[in-house]
Amino acid sequence: MSGLKKVIIPEMPPLEREMIALRIANMLEEGSYVNLGIGIPTLVSNWIEGRDIILQAEIGMLKSGPLAEEGQEEQDRINASCQFICAMPGSSYFDIETSFAMIRGGRMNVAVLGALQVSAKGDLAGWNNPSRGLGKVGNIGGSMDLAVGARKVIVAMEHFTPGGEPKIMSECSYPLTAKACVDVIVTNYAVIDVTPDGLVLKEAIPGVTAEDIQKMTAAPLKVAADFKEMEL
Amino acid sequence: MDKAYASVEEAIKDVFDGAVIAFAGFFSAGRPLELTRALAKTGVKGLTIVAQQVGTGNEEILELVVNGQVKKVISNYPFPRSATKGLEHPFEQAVRQGRIKVEVYPIGTFVEKLRCAGAGLPAFYTPTGVGTVVAEGKEIRVFNGIENVLETALPVDFAFIHAWKGDREGNLVYHCTARNYNNAMAMAGKVTIAEVETLVDAGGLDPDFIHTPGIFVKRVVEVGRPKLEKASV
Repeated sequence: MSGLKKVIIPEMPPLEREMIALRIANMLEEGSYVNLGIGIPTLVSNWIEGRDIILQAEIGMLKSGPLAEEGQEEQDRINASCQFICAMPGSSYFDIETSFAMIRGGRMNVAVLGALQVSAKGDLAGWNNPSRGLGKVGNIGGSMDLAVGARKVIVAMEHFTPGGEPKIMSECSYPLTAKACVDVIVTNYAVIDVTPDGLVLKEAIPGVTAEDIQKMTAAPLKVAADFKEMEL
Repeated sequence: MDKAYASVEEAIKDVFDGAVIAFAGFFSAGRPLELTRALAKTGVKGLTIVAQQVGTGNEEILELVVNGQVKKVISNYPFPRSATKGLEHPFEQAVRQGRIKVEVYPIGTFVEKLRCAGAGLPAFYTPTGVGTVVAEGKEIRVFNGIENVLETALPVDFAFIHAWKGDREGNLVYHCTARNYNNAMAMAGKVTIAEVETLVDAGGLDPDFIHTPGIFVKRVVEVGRPKLEKASV
C-alpha cells in the first residue's frame, strides 16, 4: 500500500451516496449533455427529473431515460451499468464508434466519474486497484475516453477508502485513468476544485471545519475566499 | 446475391484453430448467442476473442473459455466488476494461471481499432490513454499542443454479429442499444457472419434505414428472438 496513515474521521455523519449525487446534480447547468459513470455517478440521474439535461448512455443512446419498471424491461435497451432503461421523446440510438466520437470530440459538457484516487493536479486513478493483483490489465471501459474527452470532469466518491485511507493525495499511487483531467471533486464531506494553483476547498458538510477536511486529505488544500457550509 | 444460410452450424463451418474472432454485444444487448453456442460445440481451439465482456454478462463466451478453446482475449471490460467474484470466475482464474493472455483498451480505442480495420486505415492517433499503462511502449505525437498515442487497426478473421432484421443481401438493421459494436465488427471481419432475428427477401427492408450495408456481411442466418436470463454485471 501507499504507506498513508489512517486518519481520524470527525464524528459528524458523512453524506449518504444519494446526497453526493444530489450535490452534483445541483452543479449541472440546463442544456448540458452529461455522461454518468458506474456507482455513485449513476445516482445523479435520480435528481434531474424535469430538468433540461440530456444523459448519454455510452453503449449508444442519447436522452437515456429512467430505469424501466419491473415487467417493462426491453433486453435491447440498457445503459452502461447494464440496467434496463426507458426511451423518451427525443431519444436516439447509435453505434459505439459514434458514441465515442461524441465523447472524444468534446461534445459532452460533463462526465461524472467515480475514482479510487485523485491527485492535487487532478490526475484520476479509477480503473485498476493494485490490491486485486491483476497487474496492468483490468476493466477500463469508457473511463479513459470520458476523462480525456468531456469538457468538465466531476469526480463523485467517498472521501476515504473502505480501509480509512484518504483518496485525495499529492500523487496517485494507483495506475492512472488520465492525467490532469479532474475539475471538481465531490465527496461525502466536501467539494474541492482542482485549479492551476492546486486544490481549493469550496464547501464542507455542516459541523466539519476546513481544518478537519485538511486533516482528512493527503494533499495541501487552499481554502476558498467564499468557503461555505454545503447546502443541499 | 443470396447470403442466407440454413443453420448456424453451416454458417460457422470454416472457423479454424487459432482464428481471431470478434463477438458483438454489450451485456444483454446485441450478442450473437446462437453463433457462439454453435462454436462451443465445434471443438476449434487456440482462439483469440475480441469482445466487450468475457463471462460476466456473456455466458456464451464463458463456455468457450471453460472448454479450453480460448488462448487470448482482447477487450475493454473483461473481468467481473467485483474483485471477490472475480477470484471465483473461471475466466479470471485462467488469466491468473497464465492460461489465457489478455489485452485491454479503452472502449473508444477498442472500437476505433475495429472501425479502422474495416475502413482501410492501418493506424490512428488518440489522446485517450496518454500517460497511462495503455500508452506504454507506443509512439506519442503532439497535434495542436496535445499528446496522442498511436494505436493500430485490429482486423479479425471472423466477426459474429447479431441484428434485429436482415435481408438475403446482408443488409442489416439493429434494435435500440443492441447496435453497439455490431457495425464496427461487421466492418472489421474478413468473414462477417450475421445472425438475424428476422430474415426477409431483398426489398423487404427500407433502404433509407439500413444500419450496416450488405457489402460488409458474408453470411446471414435466421435465429429468431434471443432468449436471455436477466443480465448481470
